[in-house]
Amino acid sequence: MDKNNSKAWLYLLPAMIFLGVFMIYPLFDVIIYSVEEGYNFASQTYFGIGDYNFAYVLRDTYFLQALKNTFILVIITVPLSTGIALLISVGINSITKLRDFYQTVFFLPYVTNTLAVGLVFMILFKKTPYSDGFVNLLITSLGGTAVDFIDGPYWAKMFVMCFYTVWVVLPFKILILTSALASVNPDYYKAARVDGTSKLRIFTRITLPMISPMIFYLVITGFIGAFKAYSDVVAIFGTNLNAAGMNTIVGYVYDMLYGDSGGYPSFAAAAALILFAIVLTITCINLLISDKNTHYA
Amino acid sequence: MKIVLQNLTKRYPNRNKKIKEDVIAVNNFSFEIPDGQLIGLLGPSGCGKSTTLNMICGLEKPTSGKIFFGDDDVTDLPPENRGVGMVFQSYALYPHLTVLQNIMFPMENLKGKDKMTKEAMRARAEEAARMVQIDQLLERKPSELSGGQQQRVAIARALVKVPRVLLLDEPLSNLDARLRLQTREEIRRIQRETGVTTVFVTHDQEEAMSISDLIVVMEAGVVQQIAKPQLVYEDPINLFVAKFLGTPPINVFEGEVKGGVVYIGEDAVMKAEPDSSWKEGAPGAAPGVALKDGRVTIGIRPEGFDPEKDGELRCGLTAVEVMGRDTSIVATNAHAANGSIRTIVSTEELSEVSGETVNFRIKPSRIYLFDHETGARVRCRFTPLR
Ligand SMILES: Nc1ncnc2c1ncn2[C@@H]1O[C@H](COP(=O)(O)OP(=O)(O)O)[C@@H](O)[C@H]1O
Ligand SMILES: [Mg+2]
Repeated sequence: MDKNNSKAWLYLLPAMIFLGVFMIYPLFDVIIYSVEEGYNFASQTYFGIGDYNFAYVLRDTYFLQALKNTFILVIITVPLSTGIALLISVGINSITKLRDFYQTVFFLPYVTNTLAVGLVFMILFKKTPYSDGFVNLLITSLGGTAVDFIDGPYWAKMFVMCFYTVWVVLPFKILILTSALASVNPDYYKAARVDGTSKLRIFTRITLPMISPMIFYLVITGFIGAFKAYSDVVAIFGTNLNAAGMNTIVGYVYDMLYGDSGGYPSFAAAAALILFAIVLTITCINLLISDKNTHYA
Repeated sequence: MKIVLQNLTKRYPNRNKKIKEDVIAVNNFSFEIPDGQLIGLLGPSGCGKSTTLNMICGLEKPTSGKIFFGDDDVTDLPPENRGVGMVFQSYALYPHLTVLQNIMFPMENLKGKDKMTKEAMRARAEEAARMVQIDQLLERKPSELSGGQQQRVAIARALVKVPRVLLLDEPLSNLDARLRLQTREEIRRIQRETGVTTVFVTHDQEEAMSISDLIVVMEAGVVQQIAKPQLVYEDPINLFVAKFLGTPPINVFEGEVKGGVVYIGEDAVMKAEPDSSWKEGAPGAAPGVALKDGRVTIGIRPEGFDPEKDGELRCGLTAVEVMGRDTSIVATNAHAANGSIRTIVSTEELSEVSGETVNFRIKPSRIYLFDHETGARVRCRFTPLR
């Protein structure tokens, strides 16, 4: 190894140490936990090595519920939030007056604390002895019947959760997309106008391809983020998510470790690895698709 | 197709919001561009060239004034209905499309009875590509092409719909010097072949001189002079035009006219008498002012100096530079605009030059007088003192 090379490794060392201690080591630790059957926290002993933990988790109805919830959340919110963000960004980009103002408005949720936003959603949706919540007031005033969004039917709870997730992730996506749109060289649009290109065609044939790397970036990070949903759900539905039937995979992992019925690091590790495998697979598929369809300038 | 610009004016609200006053990007521009000619729109950066071009194109609406293509008033037409092709400084080739797709893009927008089949579009695109000699590169992406090739693709795309008018906004400024020379010949050839009326914007006077049929010199939104390239150089209308054209630039002196003699400092360099064939303000007469005694600004082209032992203009010798076929004498004179002058002389004349000082005779055909305040050309005839 020549001198330059060893120098490079020296510079990399701090980052490598951090990555090793906080990323690589825990990952291996989780893998080890996940295959130790009947692990006992107190005595730090286990019976044997095997796939029992995975089998247990995959049969656990709470886990299956969490899996279903997470998938619904991902499938609904990722396309929806990206699409809405794109619409709003195009809107913001096409106005000249008050652009900064709108940008700030749409960015507010990003700088607001998750739990505070969750509280606002409670006020909007929750039934209390004193009021039915703002949304129910709207529904009844339009002639519908009030729905309990927090403790009521599954679809209502899911609706609130998706609504909330979309709303929370919008600002970041709008920020990314407005800057992507603004960085497209205006000469492309001028050239298109000289050729009499319709607005729709300009959008689909020029704008979209130009910002496609950013869209794919948002989709991939959106998938990963939605798969890891947890704190938002707690903010709305409280900590007893299994009882509410609104648990997520990360919530399940947490409960297995620290929840009322917790103390099972092996089950938690197995669930965490299943999540890891899902996210890895989806990200790989995303990258494959994006490689074929994305133009990188 | 001739293009007529009638009192074309464009005002923009100032970008600096604190300044209420509008920016006048183009001020009362009137001109008739003859059919099939290549017009060089020349001026320093920010003088309103792009704005003028964009108004001809239809990308910008004039604040006032009218534009005609032939006899059609196109002032209120959108660009796609004017039949213009435009080449941008950045080329604006769509990076995600191949060369062929880029050239076909304008035709794919055609609607109704103009709609073309895929095969027809392809054939036309290939024809355009052949004309600019990029028919080997049709399947490549723009990022896989050199700057010069990208430029050709942009020209092919602008020409593919057979426009009535071709507009080029600083098309060569992103190319290196050698390619720039080559590509401007190419543009000239294509323009000749197609006979399309062309407006070529540039801030490079050499470029404009070399390819234009007519040059329009602009400054601060105002047209200064419209003439054939050689005439703009030999008969500049004012000090700005004289200074803007020519490399090396014209040498400018502060001087004086006393009793029909032009002085630079103490040195009497030339006899000047009023031009009898010219009358100020007469119809058809070239713009300018009449000769009178007093301070003047004197411009002398670099090739207007003959080094001679008993030359009238006395200067200090700084350096003799031989650059290829040109030889330059760099000299100092207290009355020159920045204290120093640069001349171009033939090598034979160099035998006269040595020591600390150099004296020059001035050629009457290369000296110009300008009004000391306005820079307007002083119309007069020169004769040597001896
Ligand atoms: N959209 C605009 N808003 C305000 N001022 C503008 C705008 N476009 C151009 N200008 C101003 O008009 C003048 C002429 O610009 P331009 O035509 O681009 O010059 P050139 O192409 O000769 O460099 C400049 O002073 C420029 O700042
Ligand atoms: Mg310009």
